[in-house]
Amino acid sequence: MATAAQVQTAPIPAQAAAARRLRQFEGRDRWIVLAMVGIPTILHIGLVWIPTVASILLSFTDWNGIRFTEMNWVGLENYRQIVTAFRRDFYQALINNTVLLIFLFLGPTALGIALAYMLDRDIRGTRFFQGIFFTPVVLSLAVVGFMWQSVIYSTENGLATQLFGGGNPVDWLGNQSFVIPIAQGFGVSANFLAILVAIAWRHTGYIMVLYLAGLKSVDSSLREAAMLDGSNEWQVFRHVVFPSLKPINVVVAVITVIEALRAFDIIYVLNVPRKTEVLSILTTNNLLGEGGGNVGRGSAYATILFVLCFGFVIWYVTNHYRRTQEGADE
Amino acid sequence: MTARSTRPSPSPSLHGYSLSRRNILKGAAGAAVLGLGLPAGVARAQVELGTASGELTVGSNYSNALPQEGLRATIDAFPNENVTILLNEVDHNTFQENITTYLQNPDDVIPWFAGYRMQFFAAQGLLGPIDDVWDSGLTDTMSEGFKLASTGLDGLMYFVPWTYYAWGIHYRPSIFEENGWEPAATMEDLQTLASSMQDAGLVPFALGNDGRWPAMGTFDQLNFRLNGYQFHMDLMAGRESWTDERVRNVFTEWEALLPLHQENPNGRTWEEAASALVNGEAGMMTIGNFVGQIFPDGDTSDLDFFPWPAMNEEFGTDTIEAPIDGWMMAANPQNVEAAKELLYFFGTADAQQTYLSVDPSSIGASLEMDPSNYSPLQQKTFEAVSAAPFVTQFLDRDTSPEFAANVAGQAFADFLADPASIDAILEDMQAQAEVIFAE
Amino acid sequence: MSAATATAAAAPTTAGSRRRARITPGRILLYAFIAVTALIWLVPIAGAIFASFRPFAETVRDGFFSWPQSLTLDNYRGAWEQGDIARKYWNTAVILVPALIFTLFFSSMVAFVCSRFSWKFNILLLSIFTAGNLLPQQIIIQPLFQFYNRVELPEWLSNSGRLNGSALGIILIHVAFQSGFCTFVLSNYMKLLPKSLNEAARMDGAGAWRQYWEIIMPLTLPAIAALATLEFTWIYNDFFWAVVLEQQGADRPITSSLANLGGEFFTDDNLIAAASMYVALPTLIVYFALQRYFIAGLTIGAEKG
Repeated sequence: MATAAQVQTAPIPAQAAAARRLRQFEGRDRWIVLAMVGIPTILHIGLVWIPTVASILLSFTDWNGIRFTEMNWVGLENYRQIVTAFRRDFYQALINNTVLLIFLFLGPTALGIALAYMLDRDIRGTRFFQGIFFTPVVLSLAVVGFMWQSVIYSTENGLATQLFGGGNPVDWLGNQSFVIPIAQGFGVSANFLAILVAIAWRHTGYIMVLYLAGLKSVDSSLREAAMLDGSNEWQVFRHVVFPSLKPINVVVAVITVIEALRAFDIIYVLNVPRKTEVLSILTTNNLLGEGGGNVGRGSAYATILFVLCFGFVIWYVTNHYRRTQEGADE
Repeated sequence: MTARSTRPSPSPSLHGYSLSRRNILKGAAGAAVLGLGLPAGVARAQVELGTASGELTVGSNYSNALPQEGLRATIDAFPNENVTILLNEVDHNTFQENITTYLQNPDDVIPWFAGYRMQFFAAQGLLGPIDDVWDSGLTDTMSEGFKLASTGLDGLMYFVPWTYYAWGIHYRPSIFEENGWEPAATMEDLQTLASSMQDAGLVPFALGNDGRWPAMGTFDQLNFRLNGYQFHMDLMAGRESWTDERVRNVFTEWEALLPLHQENPNGRTWEEAASALVNGEAGMMTIGNFVGQIFPDGDTSDLDFFPWPAMNEEFGTDTIEAPIDGWMMAANPQNVEAAKELLYFFGTADAQQTYLSVDPSSIGASLEMDPSNYSPLQQKTFEAVSAAPFVTQFLDRDTSPEFAANVAGQAFADFLADPASIDAILEDMQAQAEVIFAE
Repeated sequence: MSAATATAAAAPTTAGSRRRARITPGRILLYAFIAVTALIWLVPIAGAIFASFRPFAETVRDGFFSWPQSLTLDNYRGAWEQGDIARKYWNTAVILVPALIFTLFFSSMVAFVCSRFSWKFNILLLSIFTAGNLLPQQIIIQPLFQFYNRVELPEWLSNSGRLNGSALGIILIHVAFQSGFCTFVLSNYMKLLPKSLNEAARMDGAGAWRQYWEIIMPLTLPAIAALATLEFTWIYNDFFWAVVLEQQGADRPITSSLANLGGEFFTDDNLIAAASMYVALPTLIVYFALQRYFIAGLTIGAEKG
């Protein structure tokens, strides 16, 4: 595809190309094409993007989620409150999201690559192992929550307690003391680390499968040639295999960043132990919680989350479609 | 044992609700409510019983086995055969967490809590007034305090009281007898009792704070014992400061008591803590009567409670915490007649007796309830609540729900995890209270 | 490079043709590592399954991992009744099947037009769809609820008389939200089909619809099948929309109604274990039966980066 783009030295101006292509459809056909694109687009924009924009606007109000007549424009007040009165929750959530992001790269992604690389080496029962590692990805939250809250982390009866407790109960999910202090009153709490383990369990298989598919497309003759040159396994991986996985790396990077920012469900089903709050949890607590919730502040949290996600989304989408556009114009 | 039910969690009232007939009102806002009264000249309509027909939708967050069965039995006992009742059963947590959206598309009859928590939604126009239900006879069979707790800020009635229960120090009499222990009347007694329990290998107090509401119960007891009912309610309403020396004292006392409690409460559900009480590993537990549901087969014959001892002579033990559960009507119900008939029914001793015969962990709100049907535990609750000059609901029913859920719950959990940081915690609470109560 | 990966993804069997390596200490280590990791991965699942067959009193006494004194199906019987599982399965099906069909139908149309023809808004449209899929659900929910709660529907479409509280509403938001990912994947896939296909069809006088339905769709079936399995689990497992957009407990899909399993419908952990197995079963069946498509679905989407 890269070569195609190079050959295309003088791309046809987009306007002309469009005019040429649309002329492919005459009369009735044009309406059909319009409907084929239009209906799904209206639905998508109407139910996804317009509410998003509405939420951003709501973040500048003090609305309580019930009567529109009681909505006042308060400017940046919600944001000011978030970084003042509610800073303890907000900064802790930012720390947790960031730690999660770093952890996802160092833990599940690294392990996922390693597993994929190993399973790609003509292991007997590849499908079987693949199945095991990927199962957590398809499991419903109800099960995942039960497994970790009761089977593994139950203070008295859990497996983690039986294995590591030395006969004493261990408060895995309730222990909010900071294992890694970051600043006065902020840090990475013990129960957040416990939750990270659960997240890794769920996330690794996903990454593994992505890389497994990427590896299948790596030209095995390249690898064999490198082996004949006397390179060891690590050098082959580092210099031959990994570079050829670039497209997958980009996708995994995007998935990881987005998932780290949007992280919600496992923490939610584990009943949000104190100090494990992330941005999406703060958003939900304020947006939907009782007492009319606080849609204004909840929307402000949502908007912050959106802006963080959106930076990466824009980068990825433009990157992706710039390249495909080059491809499409060939 | 990790079923994490948040139980009766209750929200803000600007005034208290004495359950006794001789109602004493001191709260300024409470007086204001009384002052509003009914607009003069409004005809006192009554509900004509037995005339309604058709379908009626009723919400239910009674999802635990016993309450679910109890409510179903009560619905079955509804005398008007022409009304088909459709029960919308939702699990307790989900119901609570989504109450605001639920009330914008509600069932005709809605389960909820008395006091501020009901008044908030009534003021938002989400509930329908039911003065005619009260005028059909409830006025005579409910205490003034309950009536007040059912009144909206506009002076109209929006709530039918159904059951209530009391908070206190629960224990197993058989274990006390075995060891020659007595319920503590003073703080010194309590300390002695606790030491004696520790010597016997028991943890004095069971505590599980998963869900972040159970510890609110201990805070409430300490605060109104030390600082009195009025200060407690003013603090709940945002009229007193969390950085006040008096609040700081509560936490000093609490911190001193923490060694008497189970360690690591934040990861333990109240049910798990209660199991320690049931199994004889813990001697006492500050909790509501509903702890009886954890006893095998709901058998509460070996369960009793005593009030938290006095901590300040000025106030003695003049306040009891007794949250009221009950029913409301949607603003625009599809079947008004049937909704009102059912609400009236829920307010009667008959309906309440039917429910309590299945789930005896609370007390019927009607004054016509026959106390001879009560178990000794219920009897005791009934007497204690009737005799108390001041009655609180519960922290999350007495203050803004937002403050309770997003501020107080977190702060108490942080305190239990690290008592030394209490000054920073209280400063944050006050800053957040100022934001929330300004809204 | 995209072309190479696409064929690999669509035909994952081609990789199996390599010679099997000799047994060396390195390979034994490799096997050991994989086997041990797999075992660790299985532990939570095995623990939950194990618990679901044991009586409550026993687990409380001996812990989750202890030698069983007795195994029983009582938990499954109890959970089926208390959780009203049959009804919840039906609720899920009512939402899942139409949502799945319309998601694939809508996104394949958009993908078809955007990938097979160039016109002015191509890239913009695809960008909107792709980015829409990456948004957090929380930013959508409150305005969506308010909108749904104001749209009136006839009785036969909605018990509540509004879009809020109807299966239709939940279906629509699933379709709108999920079509982001599917459009992205399908447009990538369709782009790789030879352009000459359309030219030939046009020569035969085939209009846009026939080109889509009779020429391109049959060739896209592998990708559709792959996406269908993926979307099945995603839509099935989502609990967020229905918790807010459906107020009737009895009408909620199984994942929303039981997401908060400890939320009081069940009294003990072993019952919860059994109930959670009911929730997990459909996705597990689909996953193990269609594992091949599943993985293809993820990789078609991923590789076109």
